[in-house]
Amino acid sequence: MIECKNITKIYKSGTVETFALNDVSLKINDGEFVAIMGPSGSGKSTLMHILGALDNPTSGKYFLDGNDVSTLSDEELADIRMNKIGFVFQSYNLLPRTTVLRNVVLPLMYAGVPREEREKQARVSLQNAGLDEEHFNHLSNQLSGGQMQRVAIARALVNNPSLILADEPTGNLDTKTGEIVLSTFQTLNEKKHSTIVIITHEPYVAEHTDRIIYIRDGAIIKDEKNTKKIILNHI
Amino acid sequence: MIISDLFQETFSAIMINKARSGLTILGIVIGIGSVIAMVSIGEGAKGSIESSIQSIGSNLVLVMPGFQRGAGASPVSSGRGSATTLTKDDADAIEQEIILAKAVAPEVSRRYQVTTKGKNTNTQVVGTVAVYPEVRNVQIDLGSFITSQNVSSLSKVAVIGPSTRDDLFGTSTNPIGETIRINRVDFKVIGVTQSKGGSGFSNQDDVIYVPLSTAQRFLAGDNYVTTISVEAIDQNSMASLQEQISNLLLQRHNISNASLADFQIMNQQDIVATASTVTNTFTILLASIAGISLIVGGIGIMNMMLTTVTERTREIGLRKAVGAKKKDISVQFLTEAVMLTFFGGLLGIILGWFLAFLVKQFAGIATSVSLSSIVLAFSVSAVIGIVFGYYPAQRAASLNPIEALRYE
Repeated sequence: MIECKNITKIYKSGTVETFALNDVSLKINDGEFVAIMGPSGSGKSTLMHILGALDNPTSGKYFLDGNDVSTLSDEELADIRMNKIGFVFQSYNLLPRTTVLRNVVLPLMYAGVPREEREKQARVSLQNAGLDEEHFNHLSNQLSGGQMQRVAIARALVNNPSLILADEPTGNLDTKTGEIVLSTFQTLNEKKHSTIVIITHEPYVAEHTDRIIYIRDGAIIKDEKNTKKIILNHI
Repeated sequence: MIISDLFQETFSAIMINKARSGLTILGIVIGIGSVIAMVSIGEGAKGSIESSIQSIGSNLVLVMPGFQRGAGASPVSSGRGSATTLTKDDADAIEQEIILAKAVAPEVSRRYQVTTKGKNTNTQVVGTVAVYPEVRNVQIDLGSFITSQNVSSLSKVAVIGPSTRDDLFGTSTNPIGETIRINRVDFKVIGVTQSKGGSGFSNQDDVIYVPLSTAQRFLAGDNYVTTISVEAIDQNSMASLQEQISNLLLQRHNISNASLADFQIMNQQDIVATASTVTNTFTILLASIAGISLIVGGIGIMNMMLTTVTERTREIGLRKAVGAKKKDISVQFLTEAVMLTFFGGLLGIILGWFLAFLVKQFAGIATSVSLSSIVLAFSVSAVIGIVFGYYPAQRAASLNPIEALRYE
């Protein structure tokens, strides 16, 4: 479960203070599929960084599974990311010229999981992410955009995180491939009950989720259940 | 992160950019290779000089005439060894009165024109006594050496070196019984010495030995000797032997002030030590020149690592996002640098060995690749990897993951 209490993030540039987030409070339960929507500069990326334990808030509390994460050191945050968070990025961020399997085992490698065990887990999570087995030993740069994003999703899943954070996961994909990725998320949410938060500026993407949080100028302006959820045929 | 993972990550990172890694390694390869080759040349030179000094005999003390000074207190000096102050009587006195002297071989040597039928050469003629082979480590190949009988009866017999034999009679002939003419005096050849190898200060294979008395009477025309070689009973007694000889000769020559001695005494170990100093300096000089290229190679490594860190900023960001700690990142990049220099060191040792072999084969210079130089080169290359990889690794580790992920 994720709980943010009065989170404020201020960036200082000389004497000018910018409020990237201003008193944001929100709560996301386990198994929820949420979109955080807002235009660029709205503070949604900053919120994602804090939710993803990449950064600390200036003030306020952030509880992840009941633990206060907002005051941890860099090294402790790294541990949180390793054990509880899975990231999916707009530009996939796969290791170039490296096999799919090795890309997926990367988080487990830092967690110190033995080689055979992590390969097993990687295969399971690649299957869950919907990538065909024939691609497992391909190099990351031999894949299509959609396949690469599925590898990235598998990598995010591999450590069984409490939270999967996807930052514009369809931003680099055409609509059709984007839908494949979104349906992958829907399947994961339904079947594995993964908690998924998608950060996006596209209403069409947000409409595939159960709940949409609108953010603007560092503050939540609307937080509502998505009544018009588009359910994709599972591919 | 497990060690084997670290190596796998590092190895694949190096292999992704084979050409660049290869070129960067080349700097280290050349550096290490030249250090090994240069040190091997230095060591080889040292070895061959030392062995040639040892080949003139062991535990040897050489007594030679000192400065020739004008009459009275004239300050004019004709240079070391030019005086004619030592006689066979001095040698006999040393042999009789000093217990530490195992064997004493006086000699008079000078260059003469030597002729046989149709051939002639100019070579060193050494007049000496029967113990000379023992003192100066000379082996007889054919016939025999000069005997005491030859010396006392002023026999006109000669023992020649293998090079002289080749010059006067032709290669591999048996010249025993033939006649050679030295300074218009005929000598009968009674022996040929074994080859000692023609290296070192003077070619010990191009020489003619005749009885001391014969040389003094028929060739030099006086009673002086040019060198007295004294063999000590063992290595530890050389210093006291040297002192005793000095005291004895001062007394015999009626000289009270040791600084005005008309002779000089050289200890073989001093000669070896002097030669070693020279070759050590030479080795250090060569190694430092090669060391400069090693430093340049190290800078190449650092340059490549900095480029790599910049290029892989996003990758570093991702690694941090999935849980890598600062330490993981810095160790990974440090290992990459060390692995590069390690491979470079390995190839460098092979190259150095090969160069040393080529130098030996084609330039005829003795080389010797020692284990210590290999170990040294190896550790130096590892240290270079750590030193020049440290800064780039720190830079990678301290990247902010958010900035790194955003980096285009």
